[in-house]
Amino acid sequence: MNEIIQEYWKSYLWFDGYQLSGVAMTLWLLVASIAIGGTLAVPLAVARVSRNPLLRIPVWFYTYVFRGTPLYIQLLILYTGIYSLQVVRDQPTLDAFFREGINCTLLAFALNTCAYTTEIFAGAIRSTPYGEIEAGRAYGMSEFTLYRRIILPSALRRSLPFYSNEVILMLHSTTLAFTATVPDLLKVARDVNSATYSSFEAFGLAAVLYAVMVFTLVWLFRRCENRWLAFLQPQGH
Amino acid sequence: MLLQGYGSLIVEGTLATIQLALLSMLLAVTLGLIGASAKLSKQPALRHVAAGYTTLIRSVPDLVIMLLLFFSLQIWLNNLTEWLGIEQIDINPFAAGVLTLGFIYGAYFTETFRGAFQAVPAGQLEAAVAYGMNRRQVFMRVLFPQMMRFALPGIGNNWQVLIKATALVSIIGLIDIVKVTQDAGKNSMDLFYFSVIGGLIYLALTTVSNGVLMWLERRYSVGVRGAQL
Repeated sequence: MNEIIQEYWKSYLWFDGYQLSGVAMTLWLLVASIAIGGTLAVPLAVARVSRNPLLRIPVWFYTYVFRGTPLYIQLLILYTGIYSLQVVRDQPTLDAFFREGINCTLLAFALNTCAYTTEIFAGAIRSTPYGEIEAGRAYGMSEFTLYRRIILPSALRRSLPFYSNEVILMLHSTTLAFTATVPDLLKVARDVNSATYSSFEAFGLAAVLYAVMVFTLVWLFRRCENRWLAFLQPQGH
Repeated sequence: MLLQGYGSLIVEGTLATIQLALLSMLLAVTLGLIGASAKLSKQPALRHVAAGYTTLIRSVPDLVIMLLLFFSLQIWLNNLTEWLGIEQIDINPFAAGVLTLGFIYGAYFTETFRGAFQAVPAGQLEAAVAYGMNRRQVFMRVLFPQMMRFALPGIGNNWQVLIKATALVSIIGLIDIVKVTQDAGKNSMDLFYFSVIGGLIYLALTTVSNGVLMWLERRYSVGVRGAQL
């Protein structure tokens, strides 16, 4: 155990001698994919609850497909599948993009988490108390102002507990990155395992680091909830 | 033809995935019921063991646990067989997949069942005891049927997640939907097409189970009064 820590602590945490690796890579994958996915999810959620079927049905189809198939298959389609198409290889921009494992991984992760986040936000928008919306209309707010001032601020806050679950599941999902040759924490653990044959120590160390990340996230989200959901808590006297 | 002669291979992989999902579901539900009983028991030792199990499993990614158990189990077994002086036993990847998936999702089911057990009103159990039922009868006639009603949405969610998690077992060398479609794709030089086929099979599986779950939920909520608007 000690020898593994002494020799590989740096690769486990942030640098494997060539590039970003381990915990730093995993966190980068997590932050980038939830930032892209979360940003796209807001307009998609608004479209998902829209009365216009031309907006609603395509978004429904997108979330249905991405939530109904495993992330691993999505990653395989985007990484090995698309790059096997001659059309893609003939196009210089597409070729450059899909050749890199990290691009495909980030694309797959962002699309996947965006689908789940869209449904979470859409659920929160639907459960907005109708009185608030009617009051906004009575003040003469346009649809856009209504969303900006009334619906979204409250819906995004109320979805925080479900959103924190999604972020933690996304952290769990980043372990798939090694299948696209991205040196995340699990890839480092696998390399250490094949170099030293001490499987329990190699993977155990990664497991402990993942657990530390999850507990930190849980703590962070609890602080955010205490701050932004204070208005929903039972009032003391 | 549509599947270019890989049809029977793909059917085989699909059946393996379904088998794996059902068997690990069975193990996970069993572990979940035991875990929930332990969490709600009066024995502090049992409660602590169950709390450790669910916290640990739910904080570490399933793929890490899967690889950790898969590699370590084999090494431990090798040490054991060497110590006993018998021939090396190779762990069957299918059994390893069922055991690890069942063990991991047992933790999620523990939380689902714990919440559902607690949702059954205590007055119902007290009434059953007052009628002179013994503990087994209280469980079978009052607690379990009502608990299922509360647990079903959670069970459905866990099942959907479990089906999708079975895609990971090809990483530890199991022949499942992912493995057969990737093999077919590599051999036929049409990787994109066969990967999409793999995705469509999963989509069909999740859609069918969604329908079954909706039917079950209707069945178990017979007699629940809903507000009429």
